[in-house]
Amino acid sequence: MTPCAIFLYVRIMRVSGSVRIEPPMAYHRTFGPAVDSITRLGWGLGIISLLVIIIIALLLLGGIFRKRGVDSAADPRQLTVRRDAGGMAWIYIGVGASSVVLIGCMIWTLIVTAAVTHPPVAPALTIQVTASQWWWSLRYLDDSPSQIFTTANEIHIPVGQPIRFELTSADVMHSFWIPQLAGKMDVIPGQTNVMWLQADHPGVYRGQCAAFCGPQHAHMALTIVAEPPEDFLAWKHSQLSDTAPPETEETLRGAQIFQTHCAVCHTIRGVSPAGLVGPDLSHLMARHTLAAGLLPNTPGNLAGWIDNPQALKPGTRMPNPILSGTELTAVTSYLNTLH
Amino acid sequence: MTTTETQRAPIIARATDDSAITETLGKIWQSKPGIGGWLSTVDHKEIGKRYIVTAFIFLIVGGLEALLMRVQLARPNQTVLTPEQYSQIFTMHGVTMIFLYALPVLSGFSNYLWPLLLGARDMAFPRLNALSYWVFLFAGIFLYSSFMFGKGPDAGWFNYVPYTSLAYNPGPNIDVYALGMVLLGISTTVGSINFFVTLARTRAPGMSINRVPILVWGTLTASVGNLFAVPAVSIAFFMLWMDRQYNTHFFDSTVGGQPLLWEHLFWMFGHPWVYAIVLPAMGIVSDALPTFCRRPLVGYTAVALATVTTMVLGFGVWVHHMFASGLPILSLSYFSAASMTIVIPSAVAVFAWVATIWTGRPVFKTSFLFFAGFILLFVIGGVSGFMTAAVPLDWQLTRTYFVVAHLHYVIIGINVFPVVGGIYYWFPKVTGRLMNETLGKWNFWVMFIGFNVAFFPMHILGVEGMPRRIYTYASGLGWGTPNLVVTIGAFVFAVGILLFLVNVFVSGKHGEPAGANPWDGASLEWSTSSPPPVYNFAVIPIVASRYPLWEDRLDEGPERSSVGTGLLLDKGRETIGTTSLDAEPDVILKMPGDSYSPVLAALAMTGVFVCLLLHSWWGLAITSLLTLLITIAWLWPQHSLGQIETQP
Repeated sequence: MTPCAIFLYVRIMRVSGSVRIEPPMAYHRTFGPAVDSITRLGWGLGIISLLVIIIIALLLLGGIFRKRGVDSAADPRQLTVRRDAGGMAWIYIGVGASSVVLIGCMIWTLIVTAAVTHPPVAPALTIQVTASQWWWSLRYLDDSPSQIFTTANEIHIPVGQPIRFELTSADVMHSFWIPQLAGKMDVIPGQTNVMWLQADHPGVYRGQCAAFCGPQHAHMALTIVAEPPEDFLAWKHSQLSDTAPPETEETLRGAQIFQTHCAVCHTIRGVSPAGLVGPDLSHLMARHTLAAGLLPNTPGNLAGWIDNPQALKPGTRMPNPILSGTELTAVTSYLNTLH
Repeated sequence: MTTTETQRAPIIARATDDSAITETLGKIWQSKPGIGGWLSTVDHKEIGKRYIVTAFIFLIVGGLEALLMRVQLARPNQTVLTPEQYSQIFTMHGVTMIFLYALPVLSGFSNYLWPLLLGARDMAFPRLNALSYWVFLFAGIFLYSSFMFGKGPDAGWFNYVPYTSLAYNPGPNIDVYALGMVLLGISTTVGSINFFVTLARTRAPGMSINRVPILVWGTLTASVGNLFAVPAVSIAFFMLWMDRQYNTHFFDSTVGGQPLLWEHLFWMFGHPWVYAIVLPAMGIVSDALPTFCRRPLVGYTAVALATVTTMVLGFGVWVHHMFASGLPILSLSYFSAASMTIVIPSAVAVFAWVATIWTGRPVFKTSFLFFAGFILLFVIGGVSGFMTAAVPLDWQLTRTYFVVAHLHYVIIGINVFPVVGGIYYWFPKVTGRLMNETLGKWNFWVMFIGFNVAFFPMHILGVEGMPRRIYTYASGLGWGTPNLVVTIGAFVFAVGILLFLVNVFVSGKHGEPAGANPWDGASLEWSTSSPPPVYNFAVIPIVASRYPLWEDRLDEGPERSSVGTGLLLDKGRETIGTTSLDAEPDVILKMPGDSYSPVLAALAMTGVFVCLLLHSWWGLAITSLLTLLITIAWLWPQHSLGQIETQP
C-alpha cells in the first residue's frame, strides 16, 4: 500500500518559542470558536466520567473486600440480613447525587449547544461542498459570478473569520469533519446541511469523511489550509485565473491526450471545461495531496496514480486508463504545469 | 372435554421427584426419542438450550470476523482484507452479534428459566416457542447464505440509504439482509408475545407481580419493547426491498423520497433494541448476584421500576444516533436531555447492586466475579454513553472509535459478562454438574483483562479522531500503537472465550454432581432436581414471597410458600392459569404436546422469503399455500386442548 505523507498535515505551531507537533485528527485540543467550547465540555464530562468510574470502582472494591464480623461466615447458609428491605439509602443518596451532577451537565451542554450553533458574526465567505464517492468538490460562492470558482479536496480559508459551508451529496451519505475546527455535519442526498467553522491559527488541518460511504470510505480525506487573509486572497486570485496553455511539444501532446482520455470526467478551466464527474483539475499542482488525501502531490505519485488508480485505491471511480509509457509521461508533464 | 375439567379444583398433594406420580407425569410430558422427538419437541428447556447453543455458535462466528478485522487494523496500510471484504465482514460482525447472538442468547435464558422461575410447566404457547426458535435459526442461515458466496451485506448493520439502494449497491447483498431481517422479525415478535402471555397467565399461585424475579421483569420489558420496535424495522427493510426491486421511491431523494426516513425508522427500532439486549442480562445479575451476597437484592421495587423506565425512556432517544444529521437544534436539545435522563434508572440499578454487595457477604465463585466485573464495565459503558448524549460533544465523538468503545462496553459488558456469569450459575441446574471453579477463575480474569485491553484504548483512538468502518489508515495519524494494543487485547479476550467453552465441555462430562440447589439460591428453579424433570415440578408450588427458599431465614411475615406440596395436575399436559396481577388460580390450562407444525411452518415461511429473494413466483405461491395449510393444521381444534366441547 501507499504510504501517506502525513507530515503535510502535521502542524508546526510556535507557542512562545517552542514547536508543538500534534496528530492531525486528534481533537482534545482545537483551534477555533466553533469547537473550542465543545472541547472544554469534552474535557469536563470526561473528567466527571472518570471520577464516577473511580468512585464506583472504590465502592465496589470496598464492598467486596471490607472486613466483616468474625462469626458472619460461621454458617454458610446464614443470610446477612433478616429482612428484604434495607439498603435503600444507597439508592436514594447515589441516585440523588448522580441526578444533581447530571442536571448540571445537561445545563452546560445546552449552553455550549447554543453557543456554537451560530457564528459570532455573519460569515463573509460561503463554500459549497459536494461530497462524492470518494472525494470532495468545493465551490467558492460570490455575489459576482466572475468571482466564483471550483476546486477539489483542499479548502483554503482566511484565518480569524467564520466560514459558512453548504453541504450536499452527489451520491450517497457522507459526513464532513475537520476535528480540530468543527464537529461533524452529515452530508445527506436531497438536503443541504449548513455549518460554520473558523480557524484562529494559520496551519494545515486535516478532515475526513466520517460516515460509511462504501469501500473507499477510508480514503476520503480533505485538507484545510488556514492562512492570513492576504495569502488567502492571493490563492483565490490564482485559482480564478485560467491555467496557462501548454507550451512545449510534450505538454501539448499531454494536453491532447488529456482531451481524449481524461476530459470526459475532469475539468481544466480555460482548456477543457466539460467534465463534472471527477475532481476539477485546474491548478492541480497548487494542492498538497492527490486522490482525496491518499498521496502527497509529487510528480512521481501523480504518474503512479494515473497509471494505476485501481491498485492504489481499489474501487475508485477512476478507471485505469490505457496509456503507453510515453503517453503517461506526456500527460503527467502537462498536469505538472497546472500551477 | 368439558369445561368442568379446566375449572376443576386440583388436588393438593405432596410430591417430590421420586414419588409415584412422577412416572405418570413423565409419560405425559416426555418427548419421543430420536430425530422425530428432536424436531417436534416443544419443551421450553430443550428450546432454551438450543437458543443458547445456536447463539454461541453465532457469537464464535462473529468473534472470528472481529479477529480478522483486528488483524487488518493492527498496523497501518495492511492488505490482509480487501476493502470489499472488510465491508462485508464488519457488517456481518454487527448483524451477527446484535441480531443473532445478543437477543437470542437472552431468549434462550428466559425460555429455559421462565417456567422454572414462575413455577409453571411450560411457556404459555409451547408450539409458538418452537416456531420462534426455528425461524431464528433459519433466518440466521438465510442472512449468512450470500456471505458464503462473497456477496454478504456490506453496508453496515445500520444499512443507511442511499448507499444501500440498487444504484450504489447492486447484487443480492442488501436484498438478503432486508428479507432476512423481516424473517427474523417474525421470530422476535412471536417470542415476545409468548413471554408476555406467559408472564400474565402461567405464574404459580401466589406469585403476584411484585414477587417475580428481576430477570422476568427484564425479559418482559424487552418483549413489550420489541413488540413496539420491531414493526418499524420490518417495514423499513420491506420498503427498502421494494425500492430496490420495484422502483418504489420511499428513500430516493431524487424523486422526493427521504433518506432521513430510513435513519428515523431504523433507530426508532434500534435504540429500544439496545435496551432489549441488555435489560434481561441486567436481570440475570439482579437475580443471581444476591445469591452470592447472601441477602436479597437491595431495592427490588426500585430496580424493577428502573427496568421498565429505561425502556420507556428508550423509545424517546433514538435521535441521539442522528445528532449530526442537520436536524433543528431545538429537537436535538430535547433528545440530548432525554438521553442523559437514562442515567437515573441506570444509577438505581448500579447502586442497588453495589449496596447488595456492600451489605451482603460475597462468596467468591466465578459467577460472582463475572457479575462484579460487569458492574464496573456497566459504569464505564454508561458514562461514555452519557458523554455521547451531549449533542455538541457527540458531533466530535460520533462515528469514531469512541463509539465503538462505548458500544462494546455496553454490549459485551452488559450482555456477554452476565451471560457467562449466568451460565456458571445455572449450568448445574441445566446439566446437573458444576462447572470447574479453577478454570472458571482463569476464564474470568483472561476475559476481563483481555476485554479492557481490547476496548479501553478505543476511547483514545476515538479522541485521536479515528473514524469507524475504515478498512485501513495511514501511518503518522497516531493510530498505530493503540490499534496494535487493541488487536492484542482482542486475541486475549478470544482466549478467555475459548477457556469458557473448554470449561463447558469438560464440566459437562466430568463436572461434580451439583444437587438441586448448589448455591443455596432462593427462587423456585432451585427447588426442583438438576437437571429438572420434563414436567419441571411434580406439583405446582404455591408462593408466598419473593424468596420462597429463604423464607425460614427472613422475617417476612408468617406466611410460607409451599414447595413440594402443591397442585397436582396429572390429567394430560396441564399447568395452572392464574390472574395477571395477583396470581390467583383461575383455570387449568391444557397444554399442547409435541408437534411438527412449528418446524414445518418455519421451513415454509423461510421458503416464502427464499422465493421472494429469487423472484420465483410459482415457488412463492406454493410456499405461501404451504404456510397457510400448516397454520390451519396447527390451529385445528383439538380435543386434548379443550378446544372441542363434548356433550356431557
